[in-house]
Amino acid sequence: MLHTFVAYVEDRPGVLTRVASLFRRLNININSLTVGRSERPGLSRLTLVCEASGEAGHRIRASLFKLENVVDVDDIAQAPSVTRELALIKVAASPRKRAQIFDLVEVFRARIVDLTSESLMIEMTGVESKIEGLIEVLREDDGQVLEICRSGKMTMRRGHHVSSVVKAMGVVDGEAAEPEVEPAADSVAGEAG
Amino acid sequence: MGHKENAKTQANASEGNATEGGNATEGGNATEGGNATEGGNATQSGNATAATTNAADSQAHLTTPTRLTGSEILWATLVGEGVTEVFGYPGGAILPAYDALRKFPIHHVLVRHEQGAAHMADGYARASGKVGVAVATSGPGATNLVTGIATAMLDSIPIVCITGNVSSKVLGTDAFQEVDITGITLPVTKHNFLVSKAEDLARVLREAFQIARSGRPGPVLVDITKDAQQATAEFDFEAAKPRAYRPHPMLHVDDSGLAQAAELIRNSKRPVILAGHGVMESGAMEQIRTLAERAQIPVGLTLLGLGGFPASHPLSLGMMGMHGEAWVNEAIQEADLLIACGMRFDDRVTGTLATYATKAKKIHIEVDPSEINKNVKVDVALVGDLREVLEQLLPRIGSRNNGGRDGSAWLKTIEASKGAVAVRDINNLPDSGHLYAAHVMHDLWRITGGNAVVVTDVGQHQMWEAQYFHHDKPRTLITSGGLGTMGFALPAAIGAKFACPEKEVWVVAGDGGFQMTAAELATIVQEKIKINIAIINNGYLGMVRQWQEFFYERNYESTPLVSPDFVKLADAHGIPGRAVRKRSEVDSAVNAARSATGAFLLNFMVEKEDSVYPMIPAGSGLHEMIRRPDHDPLEETADDK
Repeated sequence: MLHTFVAYVEDRPGVLTRVASLFRRLNININSLTVGRSERPGLSRLTLVCEASGEAGHRIRASLFKLENVVDVDDIAQAPSVTRELALIKVAASPRKRAQIFDLVEVFRARIVDLTSESLMIEMTGVESKIEGLIEVLREDDGQVLEICRSGKMTMRRGHHVSSVVKAMGVVDGEAAEPEVEPAADSVAGEAG
Repeated sequence: MGHKENAKTQANASEGNATEGGNATEGGNATEGGNATEGGNATQSGNATAATTNAADSQAHLTTPTRLTGSEILWATLVGEGVTEVFGYPGGAILPAYDALRKFPIHHVLVRHEQGAAHMADGYARASGKVGVAVATSGPGATNLVTGIATAMLDSIPIVCITGNVSSKVLGTDAFQEVDITGITLPVTKHNFLVSKAEDLARVLREAFQIARSGRPGPVLVDITKDAQQATAEFDFEAAKPRAYRPHPMLHVDDSGLAQAAELIRNSKRPVILAGHGVMESGAMEQIRTLAERAQIPVGLTLLGLGGFPASHPLSLGMMGMHGEAWVNEAIQEADLLIACGMRFDDRVTGTLATYATKAKKIHIEVDPSEINKNVKVDVALVGDLREVLEQLLPRIGSRNNGGRDGSAWLKTIEASKGAVAVRDINNLPDSGHLYAAHVMHDLWRITGGNAVVVTDVGQHQMWEAQYFHHDKPRTLITSGGLGTMGFALPAAIGAKFACPEKEVWVVAGDGGFQMTAAELATIVQEKIKINIAIINNGYLGMVRQWQEFFYERNYESTPLVSPDFVKLADAHGIPGRAVRKRSEVDSAVNAARSATGAFLLNFMVEKEDSVYPMIPAGSGLHEMIRRPDHDPLEETADDK
């Protein structure tokens, strides 16, 4: 099954290698990995998606926690969450074909962010299936798609979520343990937006 | 600055004097001036006597912030962490550190190969429970440590390895003797650091010690660039204190888990405690014993768990797994409850998982959450420090007369299964004049009263040691379990001897493994330490030969082994020794070694094609054992003069 982990890690050289090396050692392929600054100074937030057996989730999370530079790990599993991915797609387009692509972009609620005489660049944010839908349509015309750049998934739990990172950073709160969010029926990731 | 420097030097040198005087292993150096290998020691004592003695000043650098070089910060921090011995080998990139060493009360043991340094630090840690320290230079010095680091990693041993590296300005340029050692050791260390600024050193080193010894212990490597050793920085030991240790966030022991565990124990008919290395690491010997005695539960041990529960205890079943006794493995297969304490269900312990203890519920008490359900699915997981968890669990366990269980029927069943088996596999194999390794182990145990610290290598002799030498006390067996590192014994024993100079230390090694690190014989001589060495010499890479015999149709490819005359080899080092060919000679030989003032080597010429029984072939179930043949063909064929 597909696992999604959200982790807060120290923003230092070599930390990403440690995370990646753990998955290499466990012989698990990383489907996507996004990293960037978080709301906490000195901490990066990463979203890591990988394919592994259902039982592996516990062990991966526990192993991530064993890395000294990892401050918090959340296994999103089936919890209600919003997932997004950003894609930049460069498409060959002569002036005559532009209008057709403009229409397509409109339908997919994407944006044109660059335009030259031979090509244009589409920016699109959404869930994986939506991005793949657009790419598929664009590919119907052979040779039209020149380049694709995808960010990988970014995931955030829905609603108020007291991350244990707050506790890890020394903020006092009354909670004994991280609240377990029960899987909700309407948790189709991300289609709310 | 110059003034301060001077004062500090004096202070440290005076402490050096005090330490040297107190250290039994070093006492002889000053008087035995004739030995050429002593140059370093003589300098050291000269330095020490020159200094004035003022014990109060010796720790001054720990309490008063001072400006020091990175090299001085390195040693000062180690002193602050309680380090008194380090094992190392100098070289270009670590020279600034070595240059500053003489000012500090740390004894440096010069090894013959950096792998030996890591094993010595490891042996030191296993024997003492303290953090062992190894030092090496950049490049090949650092890469030579790797086997030793991996050995410590697989057995969760707290060591800190210090390596020098090229200056930060040329890092990543393939400079002379440059290697990315933090990259290389990333998967075999608990954590590692690259330090390129002197001001970071104290903090990083203190954190390294904390990481090494906390939670599930493990090796930590600190790579220090040459310029960081040379630069100066403010040194404030107290200010460099790491943030409070944060236990793994997934540690979890709650009332319902404890209640469930107690309930399972109370209702069990055929329980077995499986005790591992965690018993020692957590210091839970008393608690395990109380649990076993109160609830009348027999105890099986992993290889690294030996000594965690007394072998002479009536409830002890001995070692389990691949070469464990038949009755232990049978008890596990028949059990209705396994209480796994500080062990990780290694494949050498479980055999094939498909048929492992299928009738048993399982309770797993373990400090590392990533071990839970890794190999064996458990019913109750109590994730925390073993001793603390047992302290919480014990009040819920009643004794037989106090609401507890009656274990007598199960114990009788196990006892009955020992009968004939015990004689056939392990005990009293008739010697008929031959010398079997099993005899050597048994006699060694008998003659030393089981009080020695035995450091084994890896292979047949290691298993025979585990079977025939009965360990009643923790930290009396030091062996590479997880990685199975040949060449471990001799250097690890040197480390163990430094950790407990008052104890009798025996190396037990095969003729193959011994030759991997035999160069450390010279280290023994240079350090003038007393270690007894027993080589179990069968002329084969014995365990591999045994696998070839059982599983590869006796195709003894590349396992017959030509060795030097080990007695002469020892003699070349100035170490006396003798060869032993008959069982009747064992007693006098062992006694000669024990009574010798210095190191002594015994070359036991044992039966060449003996095998370790019983054996569970890799990938088989615990009940599928290969037993010792009733009539061992060797008994008829061997020629014993």
